Amino acid sequence: MSKTVYLDNSATTKIHPEVVESMMPYLTQLYGNASSIYRIGRESRKAVDSARDLVAKALGATSSEIFFTSGGTEADNWAIKGIAFANEKKGKHIITTNIEHHAVLHTCQYLEKIGFEVTYLPVKENGIVDVKDLESAIRKDTILISVMFANNEIGTIQPIKEIGEIAKEKGIYFHTDAVQAIGNIPIDVNTLNIDLLSLSGHKFNGPKGVGALYIRRGVNITNLLHGGAQERTKRAGTENVAGIVGLGKAIEIATKDIERKSIYLTKLRDMTINKLLTTIPDTILNGDSIKRLPGNVNVCFKYIEGESILLMLDMKGIYASSGSACTSGSLDPSHVLLAIGLPHEIAHGSLRLTFSTENTKKDIEYLLDILPPIVERLREMSPLISKT
Amino acid sequence: MEGYSEKVMDHFFNPRNVGVIEDANAIGEVGNARCGDIMKMYMTIKDNIIVDVKFQTFGCGAAVATSSMVTELIKGKTVEQALEISNKQVAEALDGLPPVKMHCSNLAESAVKAAIDDYKKKNDSNK
Repeated sequence: MSKTVYLDNSATTKIHPEVVESMMPYLTQLYGNASSIYRIGRESRKAVDSARDLVAKALGATSSEIFFTSGGTEADNWAIKGIAFANEKKGKHIITTNIEHHAVLHTCQYLEKIGFEVTYLPVKENGIVDVKDLESAIRKDTILISVMFANNEIGTIQPIKEIGEIAKEKGIYFHTDAVQAIGNIPIDVNTLNIDLLSLSGHKFNGPKGVGALYIRRGVNITNLLHGGAQERTKRAGTENVAGIVGLGKAIEIATKDIERKSIYLTKLRDMTINKLLTTIPDTILNGDSIKRLPGNVNVCFKYIEGESILLMLDMKGIYASSGSACTSGSLDPSHVLLAIGLPHEIAHGSLRLTFSTENTKKDIEYLLDILPPIVERLREMSPLISKT
Repeated sequence: MEGYSEKVMDHFFNPRNVGVIEDANAIGEVGNARCGDIMKMYMTIKDNIIVDVKFQTFGCGAAVATSSMVTELIKGKTVEQALEISNKQVAEALDGLPPVKMHCSNLAESAVKAAIDDYKKKNDSNK
């Protein structure tokens, strides 16, 4: 198979060549432990500190507020459990949404099992939280609001600024899972009143296995991992020096030129959405058409199932994803698609395409050549069509 | 994700016996759209032999492949022989299925049974 078109950049991204280059010395000669006193140890320490500065700069934070983790999942777990355990005397109520990533949802469900109360805010049909619902969910014992910046499946961007203002006014900590937003939307933790923010390197052309949690100075939080004195005694474990260096380089590149990138991706996105909706009958766009990530397309094709679409696309070298049950390994389709009110049978037929700046108009044209006949072929095979 | 065998892929991309038999005397439908799997099986049974069989399936790669395989296994067989086909045999004929997909082979077995049930009911009421 010669031609491949990667349209799954929300799953992971291709590592940037400059990122690889920045990491190489720390995978080879400069293997020292960042806690060691001799030269190669000091070099590692210096590299970690520089990367920390780059992450801080990208978020409008100060370097002492950035803590490296093993990825987005650890950052989410730390933020939520850490706030819950440190502040349980103040209250045991947490507010989140029902479209969060499982790293947030399952962490909240775990906390419920051990005595915390969690309100899962619904979203409107367009996949966006109603700020009024949030306001009325706030209680005297609410200690944390956790709302994702942008959704990983349907790309919807949440009203983070409004939520930040409410949280600040009420004196409640505000955490946002910004894993999908970094590099796509400009973020300043101070103007947005964000207290905690999770990010993950491999979502913006950095390496896998490294992420970070931003913790505003003064936030009362317990450790998730206990052990050595790394990360100013807040997060134990020998620093993943090469990964951290790569993350720093990647976030620098990703946040450098967001505006131009966003215009480019929005154009590809809207072209794809318009073409799919007009050329394939019974196609539904999932999520808001405007307040969505610039590179995110998520549609449902009625009467067919997502995994079948993916297998046929794969055959033609196109890589995409779906929220069908078969692709999640459970019997239910994606909780996000159900949360926006889609019936199960329609949610099973979802297709997510997520673009990067490496994708060209030619890639999209190729997709638009390949996809309609696939949908048609699967519909011919479907017993659902003859019924309607 | 755990991959499919070559046989599964072959039956998914080139499914045998897809379609509808307009004057079928045995029709069975199993599964539901909620779970993302529906199989509908059409048979023409003459003198206790399944002379023709076709299917329509809404579902994943394994659902399509097991539907296709089971039609191959039962075509030309007697009703009794078809009823003996187990989900395990269907999966084995496809060189195995990933564990999370085994329910698809259950569905194929159930679809055959549902169609034959339909045939028996029709025959009983004709008597």
